[in-house]
Amino acid sequence: MSKTILSVDDSASIRQMVKFTLVKEGYNVVEACDGKDALAKTAGVKCDMVITDLNMPNMDGISLIKELRQKPEFRFVPIIMLTTESQDSKKQEGKSAGATGWIVKPFKPEQLVSVAKKVLG
Amino acid sequence: MSLDSNQQVFINEATELLQELEESLLELENTPDSSDLIARVFRAMHTIKGSGAMFGFDNIASLVHSIETAYDMVRNNIMDVTKPMLDYSLKACDIIREMLADPDIKADSPLAVEITDYFSRAANIQNQKLPDVQPERDSTARGELHTFRITFKPSLNIFMNGTNPALLLKELREMGSATIITHVSDVPPIDDIEPEKCYLSWDIILTTDKNENDIRDVFIFVEDDAVIDIKAVDEAFDDREKKLGEILLERGCLTESQLSEVLNEKKRLGEIMVEKGLVSAEAVDTALMEQAHVKSVQEKKAHASETASSIRVPSERLDSLVDLVGELVTVQARLSQIAAQRNDADMLKVAEEVERLVWELRDNTMSIRMLEIGSTFNRFKRLVRDLSIELGKEIELVTFGDETEIDKTVIEKLGDPLVHLIRNSIDHGIEKPEERIAAGKPAKGHITLQASHSGDSVLIEITDDGRGINRKAVLEKAKSKGLVAENAELSDREIYELLFASGFSTAATVSSVSGRGVGMDVVRRNIEALRGTIEINSSEGVGTTIVLKLPLTLAIIDGLLVTIGGQFFILPLSIVNECIEFNRSENKSGSGRKIIMVRNELVPYVPLRSFFNIKGEEPDIQQIVIISVDGRRVGFVVDSVVGDHQTVIKSLGKAFKDIDCISGASVLGDGSVALIIDIMKIYNDIG
Repeated sequence: MSKTILSVDDSASIRQMVKFTLVKEGYNVVEACDGKDALAKTAGVKCDMVITDLNMPNMDGISLIKELRQKPEFRFVPIIMLTTESQDSKKQEGKSAGATGWIVKPFKPEQLVSVAKKVLG
Repeated sequence: MSLDSNQQVFINEATELLQELEESLLELENTPDSSDLIARVFRAMHTIKGSGAMFGFDNIASLVHSIETAYDMVRNNIMDVTKPMLDYSLKACDIIREMLADPDIKADSPLAVEITDYFSRAANIQNQKLPDVQPERDSTARGELHTFRITFKPSLNIFMNGTNPALLLKELREMGSATIITHVSDVPPIDDIEPEKCYLSWDIILTTDKNENDIRDVFIFVEDDAVIDIKAVDEAFDDREKKLGEILLERGCLTESQLSEVLNEKKRLGEIMVEKGLVSAEAVDTALMEQAHVKSVQEKKAHASETASSIRVPSERLDSLVDLVGELVTVQARLSQIAAQRNDADMLKVAEEVERLVWELRDNTMSIRMLEIGSTFNRFKRLVRDLSIELGKEIELVTFGDETEIDKTVIEKLGDPLVHLIRNSIDHGIEKPEERIAAGKPAKGHITLQASHSGDSVLIEITDDGRGINRKAVLEKAKSKGLVAENAELSDREIYELLFASGFSTAATVSSVSGRGVGMDVVRRNIEALRGTIEINSSEGVGTTIVLKLPLTLAIIDGLLVTIGGQFFILPLSIVNECIEFNRSENKSGSGRKIIMVRNELVPYVPLRSFFNIKGEEPDIQQIVIISVDGRRVGFVVDSVVGDHQTVIKSLGKAFKDIDCISGASVLGDGSVALIIDIMKIYNDIG
C-alpha cells in the first residue's frame, strides 16, 4: 500500500511542488495550509510521514510538531521540517520539539525524495 | 505538469501575497506596534523568499532576504518599525512585482541595491549571501573502495523523534558490503526495559566506494542525538589483514604496553584480554568481526584478480557420480515413502533431512556437469572459415551467449547436429558475394549462433542472413519425390516439415558439403534423442533461423506421476500446464470428437488408456493433464494424478529401443517401474 505523507505549508506553490514530486514517486499526499488545518486533517487519518514548514499563520510548525507528538499515533512518525537557511537555532528548536529531520529551503525535488526515502525506508 | 506550471503557481501566489503585504504595511503605518501585523508581514516576506528561491526567482529571494531579516528583528523586539522602513518595504513590493513579470531584472538593479542596502544597514547585518541550492561537497576519494569503521550509539530517546535506526543501518548496507555488529550490553533486565527506548548500539564495518562525507550524510538527522564515529581503516590494508591487537590498539581500547604484555602469554589473545579485564568481551568480538570482514574483502579481491582455480577430472568419474546420485534419489524416494507409511515421527524427520540433502547433492552434481557452450561454438569458427573459402563465399560467424551452461552429455551430442546446420547455412543459405551485392546486401554474410536459457531449457539459434528457404522449390521437390500429393496445399510450417523428411535435399547438385539429403532428418532424430525440439523460421531473401530447444540436463527431470489401469507413467513436468477433472459421462460428445472445453477454449485430448491399449474399466472420473507446446494445448486423459516425482531417467535397454512414445523408465519409491511417456512424440504423431 502506498504510504501517506502529510504536507503542511502556507505557500501553495511549495505544497504543489511537494505533492507533484512525491505523488510521482508513488506516495499519497495529504495537504494542509497551516498547523491548525494539519491537526484537523490528521484526525482519524493514518500518516506515515509529515513534512511541515515552520513559519505559518494560525499555528506554526514547531507547535504543530509538539501537538502531533502528543498524539499516540504520531509518536514515532517521522516529521521533517522545512527551514530557510541553516538556522541552527530553529533546527534545534524543531528537534527538541520532536522533529526527525529537516530540509533546507530552497531545495530540489530530488532532495525531497531522498529524504522521504531515508525516513520511510 | 512542468516546473513552468510550478512557476506560474508561484507567480499567482506571490502576487496575492504582495497585495496582502501592501495592506499589512499600510495598516502597520497606523499601528506600528501591532505584533500580529508584524508577524503577518514577516511571514509574507518569508514565503516569498523561500518559494522564490525554489522556483528560480533568485533575484527576488536575495532582495527579500535582507528585508525579512529586518522584520525578524522587529518581531523579536530588537528593532522598531520606522517610516523609511515602511517606505522601502512598499518600494520592494513594487520591484518584486516587476521581477515576477520580467525575470531579467537583476537583484543588483539600482533600486534593488538601494533597498537591500537600507535594510542591511537597518538590521546592521552584513550583506549575507543566500546559500546555494546544494553546495557541492568535497568529492575526494569517491569511486575507490575504502573500508570504514563506524560506531553508532543512538541516544536512549532516539525513537521519540521518529527516527528508526534500522533504516539508517539499511542505508549503510546499501552503500557497499557491510558487517554490522549489534551491542546489547546496555540492554537492562527485562523488568526494567522501557520499550520506547533504544538500548542498542552498533559497530559497522563498511567497505564502500563512497567517501566519509557520504556516510556522515546518512546520520545527518541524528548527529546530535547519537555518538557517531567514522574512521577509515584502509591504511596498510592491501598487504595483510590486521591482527586483533592492532585493531584494539587503534581503537584506543588498549595501550601498546598492555598489548605486548599479553602477547607474551600463550593463550588466545582475546580470551586473555577479557580475563584481565582490559577490554570487554564485546570489544573483542567486534574486533574479531572487523578482522573477518577485512579478510573477506581481501579474499574477494584476490579471487577477482586470480583466474578461477579448477581441477581436471575424467568425465567417466563424473558420469558415475551422477549415476550414484540417481540411485540415491531413488532410494531416498523409497525411504520417504516408508517413513510416511510408518508414520513414525523420528523416522520422518530423518527422511526429510535426507531428502533435503539429496536434492542439494543432486543440484550440485548436476551443476558440476554443466559446461559453457562457448567452447563448442568456438569449434565452428574454423569450420566456417574453411568452408567459406572452399565455396568462394565471405562469411563471418558471430556467437552470443557463450557463457550459457548446458549439461555435458547434451553438449557432446549437440556437436554433430550443429555442424550439419551450419554447413547447410553456408552451403544453401549464404549467397556468393556477387549475388549478395546484386540483392543489395553486404558482400560478407553472417551466421549467428546464439545460446540462451529459457525456463529449464536452453535455446540455441542458428541464424543466417542468406537467401532464405524457397518454399516453392521445396514443395515442387517434395511433389516430384512423391512425398506429398500433386495437388497438396501446405502451410509454411508444413513445408518446413518436409525438409526433415528422409531422403530430401533441395540442392541441385551434390557437393562435398551438403546435398545428399541425409542431413536434416538425422539432425532432427539427434535433437529428439536429447528430448529437444527443432524449429525453422525463414523469410525469403532475408535469411533463415533454426531454433533448437534442449533440456538443461538428461539424467534427472521433474516429472508428473500419473496412473492408468494401475500402471504408473511419468509426464515431463516442464511442459505440463494444468490438471483438470474429466467426467466421462458429462463429456460424451455425440460426434465422437475428442475435444473438451476448458475455460472457453477448445482443447483436443488423447485418451492414453486406449492409446496404449491398456485393458480394464475406465474410472468414472478421470484426470486430464493439459500440456502446452508451441502455444498449443493438448490434453492427455489418465486415470489419476499422483503428484510430482524426481525422475531419474533409465533407458529401457536394447530390447525395447524401438518402442515409440516411451522415452525411458524410472524406479519409484516402492520399487515399481514407471514408464516415461514421450509426450512430444505423441503430440507430433497426432499432428
